[in-house]
Amino acid sequence: MHNKPRDEAAYSLRKRETQVLKYVVKRVLLMLMVTLIVVSMCFILVKLLPIKPAVQFGKDMQLIEMRREALGYNKPLIEQYFIFLQRSVIGGDWGVSETLYLGQDVWSKFMEKMPATMLVNFYTMIIAVPLGLMFGIYAALKKNKWQDHFISTSVIIFVSVPSYVYAFLVQYFLCFKLKWFPFQMEPGNDLLSWKTFVSLVPAIISLGFGIVAGLTRYTRAELTEVLTSEFLLLARTKGLTRSQTTVRHALRNSMVPIFPMILGEFIGIIGGSLIIEQIFGIPGVGPLYVSSITASPPDYNFFMLLSAFYTLVGLVSGIIIDLSYGFVDPRIRMGSKK
Amino acid sequence: MSENKFYQNIPKEKFVFVDDADRLHDKKLETKPVSYFRDVLQRFSRNRASVVASIIILILFLYAIFGPIIGRNNYTTSLTDTMYLNYGKLPPKNKYLAFLGMDGTSKVTLNDPDFQILRGIYEETGMNPVLEVYRAAYTDSTASKTSRFYDIKVDNYYRMGMIYLTFTPAQYADLQAWQDKTGIQVIYPAITDAKQVNANIWYKANPKGIPQLDKDGNFVPIYRTTTPTDTSYTSLRIPQDNDPEKPMAYARVTGTSTTRSYVARVSKYQYFNYRYGFEPSFPFGTTDRGQDIFTRLAAGARFSFMLAILVSSINLFIGAIYGAIEGYYGGAIDLTMERISDILAGIPFIVATTLFQLHMAKHVGVAGALFFAFILTGWIGMAARVRMQFYRFKRQEYVLAARTLGASDSRLMFKHIFPNSMGTIITGSILVIPGVIFSESSMTYLGIINLESSTMTSVGTMLANGKNFLSTYPFIIFFPSLFISLLMISFNLFGNGLRDAFNPSLRGVED
Repeated sequence: MHNKPRDEAAYSLRKRETQVLKYVVKRVLLMLMVTLIVVSMCFILVKLLPIKPAVQFGKDMQLIEMRREALGYNKPLIEQYFIFLQRSVIGGDWGVSETLYLGQDVWSKFMEKMPATMLVNFYTMIIAVPLGLMFGIYAALKKNKWQDHFISTSVIIFVSVPSYVYAFLVQYFLCFKLKWFPFQMEPGNDLLSWKTFVSLVPAIISLGFGIVAGLTRYTRAELTEVLTSEFLLLARTKGLTRSQTTVRHALRNSMVPIFPMILGEFIGIIGGSLIIEQIFGIPGVGPLYVSSITASPPDYNFFMLLSAFYTLVGLVSGIIIDLSYGFVDPRIRMGSKK
Repeated sequence: MSENKFYQNIPKEKFVFVDDADRLHDKKLETKPVSYFRDVLQRFSRNRASVVASIIILILFLYAIFGPIIGRNNYTTSLTDTMYLNYGKLPPKNKYLAFLGMDGTSKVTLNDPDFQILRGIYEETGMNPVLEVYRAAYTDSTASKTSRFYDIKVDNYYRMGMIYLTFTPAQYADLQAWQDKTGIQVIYPAITDAKQVNANIWYKANPKGIPQLDKDGNFVPIYRTTTPTDTSYTSLRIPQDNDPEKPMAYARVTGTSTTRSYVARVSKYQYFNYRYGFEPSFPFGTTDRGQDIFTRLAAGARFSFMLAILVSSINLFIGAIYGAIEGYYGGAIDLTMERISDILAGIPFIVATTLFQLHMAKHVGVAGALFFAFILTGWIGMAARVRMQFYRFKRQEYVLAARTLGASDSRLMFKHIFPNSMGTIITGSILVIPGVIFSESSMTYLGIINLESSTMTSVGTMLANGKNFLSTYPFIIFFPSLFISLLMISFNLFGNGLRDAFNPSLRGVED
């Protein structure tokens, strides 16, 4: 059956497909398991805290006690845990806010805050990715010339400096000294307007520096590796010009690892823009999480949901990076044995 | 064939060396052997950027160690003294660094009453806060037409002017004795208008603080006078105080005859000199609460470094053992342990920090809880590196040889395989340090942990406290930002250089 080469190829392709599928299923299952364990851990640790409200003038303790009884806070921990699993993790009902937005549904508040976070990250990626690719390609093509040295040195500096330092610089010079942009994001519901975009520019710049620098470094490294490989030499010897080989062969091949990195970066940034959102007053998920922790007493329902969210974001971005490698480049096989 | 078996009967003389004439010798090496670490050091020192980076790290490190010791005489170390609260938001000033603009001056726009106060300070104390007037007495079309404005360069240290302080008789006497000894005027005459809140207005002024000048444009003093019998003040007197019949009063006396206290107008600048033994001059300025940024930042850096080094070494310890067991035994043990570390790696750092804060901060303190949060997941990267190295080396012939000779598992693991991963381990644990400092500063910046107290601070705390004064007093946030940026850049360069130096495959590839 396997004597014909075509059959052989089809067989190995099928085999590879099942391998990838198996790997994907394994990783996704592991991800769900990890999330469940982390959420359970958070739940139990939070419930172990003494969260009885203190007796205070003007507080009707009887009413508070009735409310706690009605919400099931007085049941045994194990029973509460199973109710939590059933209602929140499976049913998607994460309860109501206790301190921040008293009585409002946690999930709908979370969904209300999501667009702002997504918007900032989306704008940042749209601006940062082309810039990063451009600088990286330029540096790789000018390898070991002064342009490359300049870009590489700047990259080291820009990749190291924390994003909040950029935020201070941007706020001080662009917002305060030059008065080009407002200090904080424009309040209002009209997220897609030009005015909102302008008010988001400081946040985009502060977030973008690190991403542009990281992408430049990565693109340069990948492209220089491809540019020195043998098949490119072959392409040159068969008569293609330098620009033809670069565009048709080198760039395409170097995109293999760069693309998943961009994707993973996009998801990772959702979890990483916490500080920037806080500094520029963006009504996103980050400030919600921080204020749920710093509120007294902490808003545990928000904390549970957002902890699960951030855990999931981190895991998904990791999986996407790993998986995309396998999907895009047939030479890399995830989970393969030696 | 059979006689061959009697080889013990071959006489000894029949044996000869095969190559007696030219016996084979190992050629003695002409060059000195280069040990692995010497080679690493050589290749590292060839990388100029990394060497510069390591020098910067060394300087920052020395600053963190010796900064608080140099600043020991500084008043910020005093915990019970709340006087420093009066010296907040002073800009950087140092006589050796004045050429960098660290001369304690700033450019401001003042309205007329505020400008007159500065003039009054100059006239009374002889310390001129106004260094340069760029634009005098102009009207601003956006403001009221009657108010005039001044664009000036002001010395913020002299600008502090006067302050009302309450002394006990002993303190009052001590201050007078110091004045006599040094000849520096600290206490200035009291004024007649006891309702005047601003201690700087020693001249006739309306309730809004606008001075009522005499016909020559001079201030009209409203100093309080007393009788010659009053002996509570015997020290230096200002030049105008020359009438022996009507001497000026240098303090407002309050309280009863048994618990008497003196409310005196003192020069803030000279009072600092009296209290702390040196003229106020802060190379990095002071925070909003009056703490010296130079000392405070060094103390914060020291805390951050200490935390980072402690975390790094504990992570190294746990990670090395965990990774070694995983990598060496493999199979089911590896699988189980990998799953455990997968789960731990899935916990976002911010979640771990919060939970540790909520649960442990009461028992082990905020810093302790933060430390445990770092330990919880920090070792995973190290374990993964060690595990990888073990997989690479455990099937090598020399390990098999050692096993055949009867070496125990732990000996094989830590004597034979582990040294191979030294390079990656050292690089990894050094790069943990900036990571810890960065995470700590992010968490404190977000306000999830609060390390601020009179004895303790961290770089992130200083950033978080300074952000409110970003536009008004940018130096408060500038120095911590500069510190953390320099630290990150140099650690990254240093780490890159170290990684290349430890990579034997790059040997001889450079230059």
